[in-house]
Amino acid sequence: MGYPQPSHERETPVLSKYFGDRDATSLDGWRKRGGYEGLRKALSMTPAEIVDIVKASGLRGRGGAGFPTGIKWSFMKPGDGKPHYLCCNADESEPGTFKDREIMRWTPHALVEGCALGAYAIGAETAYVYIRGEFTEPLARMRQAVREAYDAGILGTNSMGTGKRIDVIIHKGAGAYICGEETAMMNSIEGRRGNPRIKPPFPAVSGVFAQPTTINNVETLAAVPHILVQGADWYKAMSLSSPKSTGSKLFSVCGNIARPGNYEVTLGFPFKDFLYDLCGGPLPGRTLKAVVPGGISVPIQTMEEAEASKMDYEGFIEQGSMLGSGGVIVFDDQQNMVKQIARAARFFAHESCGQCTQCREGTAWTTRIMERIRDGEGTHEDLDTLFSIADNMTATTICVLSDSCAVPVMSGIRKFRSEFEALIKKPKFHPVTAAVA
Amino acid sequence: MATTAEPTTAVAQPKMVNLTIEGRPVSVPEGMSLLEAGKRAGVLIPHYCYHPGLSIAGNCRMCLVEVEKAAKLAPSCATAVAEGQVVHVYTEKALEARKGVLEMLLINHPLDCPICDKSGECELQDFTYQEGPAKSRLRDPKRFSPIEDFGGDVLYTTSRCILCTRCVRFMDEIAQDTVLNVSARGDRAVIGKYEGKELTHAWAGNVIDVCPVGALLSKDSLNKARSWELDHAPSICPGCSQGCNISIDTRDNTVIRLRPRPNDDVNKYFMCDIGRLDYRWINRQDRIEVPLVRRGESLAASDWDVAIPAAAALLDGKRVFVAASPNLSNETLHLLAKLVASAGGSGAYTVRIGPEAPLPGVKDLSLRADRAANGAGAEILGFKRTASPLDGLAKGDVLVVADADLSTATVDQLALPGAILVIGTTLPENLRTASVVLPIANYAEEEGTFTNLRGRVQRFSQAKAAPGMARPSWWVVGDVLAALGKGEAYYLASEVFSAMAGEVSAFSGMNYDGLGMRGMVVNGGAS
Repeated sequence: MGYPQPSHERETPVLSKYFGDRDATSLDGWRKRGGYEGLRKALSMTPAEIVDIVKASGLRGRGGAGFPTGIKWSFMKPGDGKPHYLCCNADESEPGTFKDREIMRWTPHALVEGCALGAYAIGAETAYVYIRGEFTEPLARMRQAVREAYDAGILGTNSMGTGKRIDVIIHKGAGAYICGEETAMMNSIEGRRGNPRIKPPFPAVSGVFAQPTTINNVETLAAVPHILVQGADWYKAMSLSSPKSTGSKLFSVCGNIARPGNYEVTLGFPFKDFLYDLCGGPLPGRTLKAVVPGGISVPIQTMEEAEASKMDYEGFIEQGSMLGSGGVIVFDDQQNMVKQIARAARFFAHESCGQCTQCREGTAWTTRIMERIRDGEGTHEDLDTLFSIADNMTATTICVLSDSCAVPVMSGIRKFRSEFEALIKKPKFHPVTAAVA
Repeated sequence: MATTAEPTTAVAQPKMVNLTIEGRPVSVPEGMSLLEAGKRAGVLIPHYCYHPGLSIAGNCRMCLVEVEKAAKLAPSCATAVAEGQVVHVYTEKALEARKGVLEMLLINHPLDCPICDKSGECELQDFTYQEGPAKSRLRDPKRFSPIEDFGGDVLYTTSRCILCTRCVRFMDEIAQDTVLNVSARGDRAVIGKYEGKELTHAWAGNVIDVCPVGALLSKDSLNKARSWELDHAPSICPGCSQGCNISIDTRDNTVIRLRPRPNDDVNKYFMCDIGRLDYRWINRQDRIEVPLVRRGESLAASDWDVAIPAAAALLDGKRVFVAASPNLSNETLHLLAKLVASAGGSGAYTVRIGPEAPLPGVKDLSLRADRAANGAGAEILGFKRTASPLDGLAKGDVLVVADADLSTATVDQLALPGAILVIGTTLPENLRTASVVLPIANYAEEEGTFTNLRGRVQRFSQAKAAPGMARPSWWVVGDVLAALGKGEAYYLASEVFSAMAGEVSAFSGMNYDGLGMRGMVVNGGAS
């Protein structure tokens, strides 16, 4: 946590250690706290050595997909005569997720260091940091950090006096969720419309400006300097459950919970303890009903599933959901799940880029049906239709936005069907239906 | 983004890949898409955003097929063939996915086929009939968007649009004039115009043809016909020397519209708007419909049996000057050249000049400055290109006006010849002094060939009936030659062509069957 409250004793503050510490945002303050030691160490090594250390640490992508970072970096073939690029995905827009925002707000130099280190490891001279358009404060902090790093010779043509060139360029997005999809982000960086691209070719072959590119999440890159300083074994040892999930992870908790905020725990932490102990459990007089553990794109969990979950990549899958981005949304007994799912569907309909038919039409159609049911004008056939639409929207499109819309709808109907049926059975009178909206 | 399919100029033989599509083994070059390979195997995989002349967008998701051992359905337009692949197009899984796409495409579609110009030639209709859902499950009001004028000849019916972006890609990649874009996102997305821009590019009208649905319509042919009322005749655009392959679409013997016909060697899939919209002259009503023979002061209506001998009598033993139209077929020009050769004298043609308008995305495709279809053929057949149509006319010659435009000829020039024989579609005021007038069919009313500026000989076929007693031009000239005893009468254009191929070395070895619908280049290349 670190901010606004001090870290809980059961947390593992690695990335969040200096959250709330205003002094850590400046270069001097960051150096006092051991900053840029990881980069200094890395620049004395060969890129291949760094990749091996990251591979050995077991670090996996923190953006949602959980792809092993070291393996991703090893796809970049050094010496192919092409310019390589690193893109840092700081377009954090997944509903319920606000961990990258805090990293950039409080420890911008951690990300600058991670970007510089990652760029060097994949043979790139340029790292783009694509920051979500709405993130005004993180943007200002990051711009200042990059300026300081250039002035101190950490970035630029002679990085830390090693003669290596590393540039970090801050790119501000314009407020589109879809630009957090890696290929849409590359289009956006190039100045095109933020539409996801067809894969293959994969970014490691043809990415931004059609050159080999690696895209990493903010949290992933911020963790790398720690691994370099403290060693792969230290990181690998941080694991409470599955050996495939190592290290610490930030979880953003919001919704109907006593103490919302960012919590950093070792992967494999019991979710039940997390919710009731660290986060303080439900608000007084209420009980928890459902949890979305990894941003709204992952399946909703019932409390039974949630309480049985281990907080790592495998643990959430075992309990019918996914770790995702670590955006925990908690719903209590006062919430109507139909209303919540309808709101989620509206978000995806609003954010669909509109390329693929199933997504363009499906997200909007889903929204209309969901809002109709919410307003008491649904039928039982609507539930079948929703399922069938969601089925059409899964695994048929260029990117996974349409899958993400289908997920809360399908899991919601499956797990909270009674709430849907209650609204269908007792129709309310609405002179203006939401269908017109 | 993949690049546009350009003809491969590389000499190296491409590696062949063997795969099975719907149980049919097929061997195709490496790198080809499953969709194109399907065409080779005789399986048309339903698709919307894919167009062979444009880059791959992969956004309609209609061409999803099942590939054995692949986890997900593959978009066949964006999936390259691989050795040993087994592809299923009509499995339940693939059919369900495509049915889902069609349902999504149709939920907000106005379903106004009864008043849509595209009806009958609409890919959305075709594939919906083939494998779409019979019923809609939409219980909510449909989305509506207004119609927009895109400038030029193009009207955008937003509600019918499926956002395949073929039009956007055509303008960006082929016309290379960035006018269209996708505006807004999600289900609010529409095709938009950039501020201050209109579809006024000389080739912009092709967006109408590439549109697979009724979203982009031609203002010119709006509401003129239902597509199933149209007859289609393969032809060649006579607008310039490029020789774009076209289809002449007629309804009740009236030309309604011209559309491009694919030919990789000439115009790919495209034609320019100038050619496309210049067809009303084909329908003109002020035609000569009967042979006219001079009786004293006036031209009297006559019959072919009278007019042909009268024309022959006029020409017999005289020096001849032929003013030929460069839009006459090779066949007719060949017979006219024989007339010139047998009677002594000369033949000439004039070509109207206009500004060029290239299509940047296609190699060697342009609206050419020479605004005539067969200048190259006339040149090969011995006609002289002159600045003015009667240059070279000597006093006392018999002037044969073979549909040439003599509107610029002076009274003095027209007083020079001993007699005037008109072989034409119309009889302009200044040629009323003619002794004999023989009515001929215009190019859309007869069969023949044109030679384009690169020496490609291409056939055009008859699209409509000639008015009254008018006959094909080669027939009329052949009859005149026969009456003079200097040739034989012909009854088929192909016979004239074969005779020409036997006599003129540039055409030797060619015949109509060999030319097919794509044409052949004359021997020795362009003249």
